[in-house]
Amino acid sequence: MSKPYLSLEQIDMVFSRGGASTQVLNQVSLSVEKGEFISIIGHSGCGKSTLLNIVAGLTQATRGVVFLEGTVVDTPGPDRAVVFQNHSLLPWLTVYENVKLAVDKVFSSSKSRAERHEWTMRNLELVQMVHARDKRPSEVSGGMKQRVGIARALAMEPKVLLLDEPFGALDALTRAHLQDQVMQIHTELANTVLMITHDVDEAVLLSDRIVMMTNGPSARIGEILDVPLVRPRRRIELAADATYIRCRSSVLKFLYERHRLVEAA
Amino acid sequence: MTASPVPIRPNEKPPVAKIMTLALSPKTGSPRRFPQWLTSLAAHVVPPVITLVFLLVLWEILCSSPTASVPPPSRVVSETWELIAHPFYAGQGVDQGLFWHILASLKRVALGYCLAAVAGIALGTLVGQSEWAMRGLDPIFQVLRTVPPLAWLPLSLAAFKDGNPSAIFVIFITAIWPIIINTAVGIRNIPQDYQNVARVLRLNQFEYFTKIMIPAAAPYIFTGLRIGIGLSWLAIVAAEMLIGGVGIGFFIWDAWNSSRISDIILALIYVGIVGYLLDRAIAFVARTVTRNTASA
Ligand SMILES: Nc1ncnc2c1ncn2[C@@H]1O[C@H](COP(=O)(O)OP(=O)(O)OP(=O)(O)O)[C@@H](O)[C@H]1O
Ligand SMILES: [Mg+2]
Repeated sequence: MSKPYLSLEQIDMVFSRGGASTQVLNQVSLSVEKGEFISIIGHSGCGKSTLLNIVAGLTQATRGVVFLEGTVVDTPGPDRAVVFQNHSLLPWLTVYENVKLAVDKVFSSSKSRAERHEWTMRNLELVQMVHARDKRPSEVSGGMKQRVGIARALAMEPKVLLLDEPFGALDALTRAHLQDQVMQIHTELANTVLMITHDVDEAVLLSDRIVMMTNGPSARIGEILDVPLVRPRRRIELAADATYIRCRSSVLKFLYERHRLVEAA
Repeated sequence: MTASPVPIRPNEKPPVAKIMTLALSPKTGSPRRFPQWLTSLAAHVVPPVITLVFLLVLWEILCSSPTASVPPPSRVVSETWELIAHPFYAGQGVDQGLFWHILASLKRVALGYCLAAVAGIALGTLVGQSEWAMRGLDPIFQVLRTVPPLAWLPLSLAAFKDGNPSAIFVIFITAIWPIIINTAVGIRNIPQDYQNVARVLRLNQFEYFTKIMIPAAAPYIFTGLRIGIGLSWLAIVAAEMLIGGVGIGFFIWDAWNSSRISDIILALIYVGIVGYLLDRAIAFVARTVTRNTASA
């Protein structure tokens, strides 16, 4: 099998409104192996969310295709679960019910009622949210909401987990805590992950490869950086690690020297 | 359902109650909890009672002269004592106790309102979901909703050839517009995020409707339902004055024709109380159903 697990082939995205059209993505191609953790980093507005939504099937690419395990994907589905930037929990359901909704839908025929309950609880345990299972989203903190969002996505047993700036709105401490949890889960379950981020340290800490995008309009993949750090990784030890520092500075160089954000008109 | 005890009228009571509870709750929880609770209850009950007594006394004084065209409260009570004491009296034709008149009105409202709720939510969903349905239907709705409820009555009498279905139709056509419009607004305001969640989960049309659309739009729908019940109760009294038969509206009209002013006053008080209870009932259902759904 020569084909990679997930592959994006020559993706173009053009938004047109009325007569005017803007090209957002230009010939984006990327191959991802099973179990890989990929970060996508780039300046605001370059088209990262658009790219992720195309992989999710929520947006149709203008040209190009996405293959997952050799099949074209062009509609959304639970095999590509998304953790949205703003958690997107349903406010009228409890924490438990939010996850259960996904479990019930995805495993309606393959698991019994009791098994679905078990599986829901198991995923809440993974993100350590069992204690708040009967709370509504409005009653838990931002970090907790994001954890429930992750549990909901994991519970679908996706082939690819798509994270759109999952920790963007969180404070530094909560963010570090969740990064550790995501790393832990990735070690345990070996998911294939595509994560968008703005945070250079987060990208280096979590990823196997970092995809750096040029500025829009017509963003391309500028460079792909391998992060050859052994796992498990510990943030404190890494702070002084030579490889870590090299990776970090090459991402910073890319973002702030070669592709500095120029004020787009 | 006799409405004889607790004739508490003022509409401004609930918000006051809420504010008081909020202000008092942090201080409770100490050993002196019970007296505090009593104090807060008194704080809710005493002001409306004082207002009520004041108004009754004022009314009594103003209308006490023998030439006054409106009877004072004391005379209203003495003249209507038969009606107050025997709400369940059942006589011939329209000679019924007040309970039966109100029940007849409530039945018409219930039927017309339920039909309006079902049709209104369905039409509102259609208009909220489909751009084309909105373009096609919205102008028609906007014109029709300005037609005063009673203006429909002659047309519906011509169509149904009977008073009862005509009154029910008037209730229906009165209550449906706010329900349609609020439902449509609620559906149109469903955040894109929830739709994305539904798409990733591949919810089918039915699941999307019950699990996302209705709960997301529920606060809006209930706003429409609450406006609708108020309008229904307004319209039924007027419609019944014209169609006759058993019903609180015709009771008032009949009392006017036989110059029983005290009966009219009593009926008005009952109408007010029932309208208030209807509104509270819908508000209660709304609170129970949409509890904690304020967006997170
Ligand atoms: N539906 C749309 N119609 C028209 N233009 C769009 C649409 N969605 C996105 N765009 C444009 O595409 C560009 C990329 O948007 P996108 O949301 O993918 O950026 P991003 O990299 O995720 O930014 P951020 O980091 O701020 O989230 C933006 O310039 C945006 O204006
Ligand atoms: Mg984005």
